[in-house]
Amino acid sequence: MTKKMAIIATKGTLDMAYPPFILGSTAAALGYDVQIFFTFYGLQLLKKDLSDVKISPLANPAMPMPVPMPVFVQMLPGMESMATMMMKDKLKKKGVASLEELRSMCLEADVKFVACQMTVDLFEFDKSDFIEGIEFGGAATFMEFAGETDICLFV
Amino acid sequence: MEFQKELDARGLNCPLPILKTKKSLADMNPGQVLKVVSTDCGSVKDMQAFAKQTGNELLEQSESNGEYVFFMKKK
Repeated sequence: MTKKMAIIATKGTLDMAYPPFILGSTAAALGYDVQIFFTFYGLQLLKKDLSDVKISPLANPAMPMPVPMPVFVQMLPGMESMATMMMKDKLKKKGVASLEELRSMCLEADVKFVACQMTVDLFEFDKSDFIEGIEFGGAATFMEFAGETDICLFV
Repeated sequence: MEFQKELDARGLNCPLPILKTKKSLADMNPGQVLKVVSTDCGSVKDMQAFAKQTGNELLEQSESNGEYVFFMKKK
């Protein structure tokens, strides 16, 4: 019988966007039937335009920095964009796939993306901002699939 | 070793060598051999795990000058 994996993606930052897409695409490549449920900030990962997905050095003491940076400097305008740019540059240099690339590999491999309808209503998201081919559902929709999985993760 | 197709995964990092291996195998026939060249040291364990879980056979693997070479026989 086909193995199954379910993931709940709740975060919308660049670093936390990677695990669901890496594990989703890899599990699909290994023959798993995969479903990812995107809720709260995780919904940002389903937008056509992923440029809002950023990383912040603020309140992120584990983030390796090229030079030590005091917290009050991390708060300055533009620091988030700069950190994001540097991180993306590093990812590219190290041969790590972009989020867009991993996401399309998930879709190609028939990973099912479910967007949390409640969050869409809560944040008043426009459904036309999301990529094609996703479904909208709630907790019960997730449980229906998750209840039969071999691996179930919360990110 | 004889092979029917080669995948250059040099410079790619996890999980791309695995995803591209899977894609390369997709349009090959059962019994054909795919050669994969990677520079990702993590791909050594990952290719073994891929083979174990998908039933494709990892015929041979070797390393020289930071390059990892795999021969994968399609199931």
